[in-house]
Amino acid sequence: MDKTLAHATISVDPEGYLTDFSQWNKEIGIEIAKEQGIEMSDKHWAIIDYIQQKFKEEEPLSIRGIKKSGVIDIKAFYDLFPGGPLKKATMIAGVPKPKSCI
Amino acid sequence: MDVSLIYFYTSKSHNLEIMKNLVILGAGTAGTMMANHLVHKLPHSEWKITIVDQYKTHYYQPGFLFLPFDIYTTDQVKKKGSKFIPKGVDYIQEKIELIKPKENKVLLEKGDELHYDILIIATGTKIAPEEVEGMKGPEWHKSVFDFYTYEGAKALRDKFREWEGGKLVVHITEMPIKCPVAPLEFAFLADSYFKNKGMRDKVEITFVTPLGGAFTKPKATAALHHLLTDKNITEVTDFNIERVDYENNKIIDYADTEVPYDILVTVPTNMGDALIARSGMGDDLNYVPTNKATLQTEDYENIFALGDATNLPASKAGSVAHFEAEILTENIMRYINGEPLKEEFDGHANCFIETGDGKALLIDFNYTHEPVEGTFPFPGVGPLNLLKESRMNHMGKLAFRWIYWNMLIKGIHIPFVSATMSEKGKKFEESKSI
Repeated sequence: MDKTLAHATISVDPEGYLTDFSQWNKEIGIEIAKEQGIEMSDKHWAIIDYIQQKFKEEEPLSIRGIKKSGVIDIKAFYDLFPGGPLKKATMIAGVPKPKSCI
Repeated sequence: MDVSLIYFYTSKSHNLEIMKNLVILGAGTAGTMMANHLVHKLPHSEWKITIVDQYKTHYYQPGFLFLPFDIYTTDQVKKKGSKFIPKGVDYIQEKIELIKPKENKVLLEKGDELHYDILIIATGTKIAPEEVEGMKGPEWHKSVFDFYTYEGAKALRDKFREWEGGKLVVHITEMPIKCPVAPLEFAFLADSYFKNKGMRDKVEITFVTPLGGAFTKPKATAALHHLLTDKNITEVTDFNIERVDYENNKIIDYADTEVPYDILVTVPTNMGDALIARSGMGDDLNYVPTNKATLQTEDYENIFALGDATNLPASKAGSVAHFEAEILTENIMRYINGEPLKEEFDGHANCFIETGDGKALLIDFNYTHEPVEGTFPFPGVGPLNLLKESRMNHMGKLAFRWIYWNMLIKGIHIPFVSATMSEKGKKFEESKSI
C-alpha cells in the first residue's frame, strides 16, 4: 500500500515497513521515527547506518549481531528504541522486519 | 626386470593417483543421508567416501520432544550410528580438529590428516546455554532445562514425573533455532500431559519468545492463535533475555521485564559446531555461509554444506536436510562432471506440529511461500491436512519415527514427497513475513 511521508509517496507493507528500500531517505526515517514516538539523535543514526549496511550486505539482523558489532550495548539500544528495538530500528531504516519462523 | 611387472607397478600407482576422496563431516541426519545417497552414485573404482563423527550414537532428535512426557522411551530415540553407515563408506569415529580449506585437508584429533577432493559439511547445530548469564549455572537440569539434548529431555522427564505443579515457563532464547516450532509443541504437549495427570489446574504455562508472537506469520497466526487461548497458555512476546536469575527463579530481559518460573524449559542459543569457528569458516553463530539454491559454500567451490550447519534462511529441520540431500547429491554429480550446478533448493520444509490431545498440524513452506492450508501429499485428497489440527496428522508424526529409521537416513526416497515444494492442492499467497 502507498503512504505519504515527508512529501514523498512510499510503498509500505501492512505493518508499515518500506517494501522498496530505494524509496528511503533521511527525512522519511525521521518521520517514521516520529510515528514511533522517537526523536532521532546521532546515536540513533549510528544504529540505522549499521542496520542499512547489514541489509545491503544481505546479512541477517539480530540482537546478537548488534551486541557483537560494538555499535551499542543492548541496554542502550533498548533505551534508544523502547519496546522492540530491532523492529522499530529496522522500520525507521527502511529495511524489512527481521525474519522469523511461522 | 620383467616388463609385465613394470606395467603392473605403473598401472597400480596410476590407479592410486586417480582415486579421489569425498569426505563428509558429521554423521547426523544430513551426513548419513549423503553417505547413503552417494555410495550408490559414485563409482567405487574412482571415489573413496569417508564420513567422520566423534559420537557413536545416532539420536532421533524429533523424539526429544516426546521423551519428557513419557510418550517415547529412551530406546526409541537412539541407535548405534554405525548401523546406518552403508557398506563401502569408511566411517571414522574421531573428533575433527580442523578443516584446512586452502589445503583441501581435514585434521583429526589424533593427528591424522584426510585429503579431500570434495568436502561435505554436515556438522549440525548445538545448544550453547553458556551464551546467557546464569543459564548453565548450578540449576542446569535441576530447575533450568533444555529438551534439545538427550540428557536434557531425560532430566526433564524425571522432573515432571515427580513435580507437584507451579509455574512452567517455556522459553526461546534467540533465533534461529533448530525446529522452530518445537518449543510451541512442547507447551501444547505439557498442557495435555498435566491434564491427563489430573493436575492442569496446578500448572501455569507461559510461553516466552523473542519474536512478536508465538506464531509470527500472518496466515499461521490467523489459523492457529486460538490454540494458545484454548489451552490457557500465556504468551510473553518480544522478550530478549539478558540473564537467568537462578537464585530467585526468574528470567530477565534487556527491557527489565521479569518472568518468574518454577521450571524453566529453555531453548538456548543455537550455534554451529565449534569446529567451524576454529577453522575460520563460519558467521557469528558458526554457521557456514552457503549458497541457498545450490548448497555450495560461498568461499570454496569444492566444499558443500547442508542441514543445520549452513546459514541458509530455511528452517533447521530434518525435513529440510532431507530435501537438501536429494538436491545436493545431484549437484555433487554435476560438479564432478564439470556441469553447472542446479539452483534448485527452494527452502522447502515440511513439519508436523504436535498440538496435544492426540492431534497435530502439518505445515509445508519454503523461502517464499508461507505455510498454507490444503492437503498433503496428494492435492485435494490428503490424507494429511495442512495448517489444520487432526488426529491423522498426529498419527503421521508418530509414523514418521519409523520412516526416519528405515527410509529417510538410509536415503530411500519417500514416495510422493518431492524435494521442492509442490504448489498443487494448496491455497497460496506469497510470503509476507520478511
